[in-house]
Amino acid sequence: MASVKVVVDPITRIEGHLRIEVQADNGKIANAWASATQFRGIELVMQGRDPRDAWAFTQRICGVCTAVHAIASCRAVEDALGITIPANANIIRNLVHGMQYVQDHVIHFYHLHALDWVDVVSALKADPAAAARLAQSLSPWPNNGEAQLRDVQQRVSKFVASGQLGIFTNGYWGHPAYKLPPEVNLLAVSHYLEALDWQRDVIRLHAIFGGKNPHPNFLVGGMASAINLESTATINAERLTDIADMIKRARRFVEEVYWPDLVAIAGFYKDWGAIGGGVPNFLACGEFPDADVRDLKSLYFPRGIILNRDLSTVHEYDHQKVTEEIHSSWYEYAEAGAALHPWKGETKPKYTGPQPPWSYLQDQQKYSWMKAPRYEGKPMQVGPLARMLVAYAAKHPDVQEMVNATLGTLKVPATALFSTLGRTAARGIETVLIARQMQHWFDQLVERIKNGDTATFTKDKWEPSSWPASAEGYGYLDAPRGALGHWVQISNGQVSRYQCVVPSTWNCSPRDAQGQMGPYESALTDAHPLVDPERPIEILRTIHSFDPCLACGVHVIDATGQTLSEVRIQ
Amino acid sequence: MYRPSAVPWSPGAPLGQHLEERGVSRRDFLTFCTEMCAVLGVAQTMIPRVAQALQDIRRPSVIWLQLQECTGCVESVLRTAEPTIGDLVLDVVSLDYNHTLMAGAGHAVEQALQDAMNANKGKYVLVVTGSVPLSEGGIYTMIGGRTAETILREAAAGAAAVVAVGACAHFGSVQSARPNPTGAVGVRDIVKDKPVLVVAGCPPIGDVVTASLVHYLTFGRLPEADSEGRPLFAYGKRIHDQCPRRAHFDAGQYVEVFDDEAARKGWCLYQVGCKGPATFSPCPIFQWNTRTSWPIGAGHPCIGCTERNFWDTMSPFYGRLPGVSGFGIEQKVDAIGAGLAAGALAGIAVHATATVYHQIKRRKATGELPEEASHG
Repeated sequence: MASVKVVVDPITRIEGHLRIEVQADNGKIANAWASATQFRGIELVMQGRDPRDAWAFTQRICGVCTAVHAIASCRAVEDALGITIPANANIIRNLVHGMQYVQDHVIHFYHLHALDWVDVVSALKADPAAAARLAQSLSPWPNNGEAQLRDVQQRVSKFVASGQLGIFTNGYWGHPAYKLPPEVNLLAVSHYLEALDWQRDVIRLHAIFGGKNPHPNFLVGGMASAINLESTATINAERLTDIADMIKRARRFVEEVYWPDLVAIAGFYKDWGAIGGGVPNFLACGEFPDADVRDLKSLYFPRGIILNRDLSTVHEYDHQKVTEEIHSSWYEYAEAGAALHPWKGETKPKYTGPQPPWSYLQDQQKYSWMKAPRYEGKPMQVGPLARMLVAYAAKHPDVQEMVNATLGTLKVPATALFSTLGRTAARGIETVLIARQMQHWFDQLVERIKNGDTATFTKDKWEPSSWPASAEGYGYLDAPRGALGHWVQISNGQVSRYQCVVPSTWNCSPRDAQGQMGPYESALTDAHPLVDPERPIEILRTIHSFDPCLACGVHVIDATGQTLSEVRIQ
Repeated sequence: MYRPSAVPWSPGAPLGQHLEERGVSRRDFLTFCTEMCAVLGVAQTMIPRVAQALQDIRRPSVIWLQLQECTGCVESVLRTAEPTIGDLVLDVVSLDYNHTLMAGAGHAVEQALQDAMNANKGKYVLVVTGSVPLSEGGIYTMIGGRTAETILREAAAGAAAVVAVGACAHFGSVQSARPNPTGAVGVRDIVKDKPVLVVAGCPPIGDVVTASLVHYLTFGRLPEADSEGRPLFAYGKRIHDQCPRRAHFDAGQYVEVFDDEAARKGWCLYQVGCKGPATFSPCPIFQWNTRTSWPIGAGHPCIGCTERNFWDTMSPFYGRLPGVSGFGIEQKVDAIGAGLAAGALAGIAVHATATVYHQIKRRKATGELPEEASHG
């Protein structure tokens, strides 16, 4: 087979607008380009705003990772203004962010990623009794009975027979890359449907603390949801009971449905433990402070960097070493070819691609709205795998135990972690750990309330009159999709510069001036098959293993240096 | 939780038969119709007609385009309330294109989109989330090498009805906030030859989207809307007039700063920036996430996200009405604050309502609001 150009645009089952172009030779991918095709320019919008409003603007970067930008923004502003939030507020943020992890990862697995591995049509051939026996050998989950699975099968059967396939139209059903027996497919389809209802239930925790989801409310200095056991209008015993039950249901689904499914499915795709490794460097900024956010020793997931897949050393992460380049991105810098630290970052869009409608981008030097972040000049993978590797190398007991047990169950070597399968497994591992940790944070909160501490907000620096004339701050947050940083500069009570470096910017980065590919591109060219260019399911597997979030990734928040105090909001 | 007894809709079968097959009793179905009538503000005498209409409908095609956006609106619809029969409403449509959920990718799904548009020409409902960036020929959002504007125009041409979901599709939302770097506009700025229903909010409550679709399926037309295109059944009233904390406003009981004694008693958030007096939205009634709570219910002031240009007109979000920008009222925040301190309750009410006076006046002038809809 000669070399063929393959375009996948839109990549579906992700957040945002991503285009993948590859060149394939004899069933292997020889070259790849990842292109973000949407830009919103929120950076310019941020200038001159009240820094206490910044969380609301930056939260709208993404409605899937809906809490993460808001928390990172609050941390950045609190860092700039020297605000320490009450312990209760920190715990509540951990609970909100923790539930974001659990809910988001489960949705990703079933509704965004599973159809890469699960053939819905094959489920029609399953024997429901055998599927039920299999399910019951894996998990005590009560909804895995034969009758229930038969109902699901009938539902799918009628659906397929109707000819109105809706979102399943033109899926790659019957593709030889699907390896699961019909019974496992049936089980996965059943849980696909159950997870739709489960996610709606457990994310109500965001509504209790933040009023709604997506886009719950946050507050610089703490949280707005007051605690008062004697009131019907606040966080009270009834609300706490509701939360406790949600945490139990969240954990049960993760332990009895998501994790057993992931391990069972992975067992049929072990070859993907040697495919799609890509960039060998990993960055985790750390997350879930048990005490103050500045106390890095109190982080549940530690901070650090792994280089060249070497787990013997965890290198220190220093945000000063982060730069962004635009060699392949539709922007221009005042100094051409510069690699700029976010504090000195510039965002001046300059589209040089073909005028639409167009067919290919791979012949262009610049081909994406995504910038190229580098750490000491190196591309980095971020996300669950980066976090689990850093924690593993740092001898985190919970992570070591889960990772070793998983490798043992699947009977795969540790090198299998550096792969498409490794990224998907790491996401499951950390979900199990966070689902457990939720109980710990909840118990902490109840204990504090019991001891009479109900404070959720620090008012000292609320009024702009208490702020210095200028200030700057850094807010980190290791979000479900990876390391996130917000940088803010405040001048005369207004935002003068605001910058984010976002997980999907790291992972979806295009080439830099040295020709180093970003993680998506690098993974797609690492021992990567593409059997049928018309039905590129293998590309979807690897891209979805990163859980792309394009609205986040495009360098949306990056105010240029000027202080715009003269800009008056009318 | 999910009950897997649900079965899909057989081809050609009317909804009534489908429900029977799903084991939904007549009584449950009528209860659902009654609830929907209440939500939609339809007279109780209409329930039989709604029931009959719903029973006879066949699964219409829905094409859902996601343009310049953050996917929050799709997520919100995924959180639509129970009872399970509410899910049915989503089952009731054939969702033939939706980027977030589609199994296939690339040209396979672009083909699915073309096929659905051709097969249902003039009959499908087009749902749009996201704005349309017009600057520089539309290069700020391109899908499959084509601009958002091109894709929207093509899909709208064959649609029976268009539903613009969320603040981006409404007016451009955060990317259109000053200085609107990409020239983002809402759907009604592009689609002008047919009615566009606007389900406003950042994001909107998923149940409002669902109820709007039910209305369309039941009556064969979009619900009555205000000048923004927002359905009156959901956006006909101000938050302030439906707020459970309203009594505290009237009694002069205000939160002065977050987490003070007043906050711990659930008093009014007006002084810490609540935009409820200037915002038309069903949040207090529908609530969020299967009626779990809503922003004011969780102690945070409303930021006015169902109103056009709220990023500019309602900010700073913790500034007190009407001192926030965008209302063209001379009063400064300090003056209002002094008034509050003096307990000039009547004065406060005047200030609060003055901010929406021009909106109400405009809405009345265009016939969107009946005369009795005065406030304050």
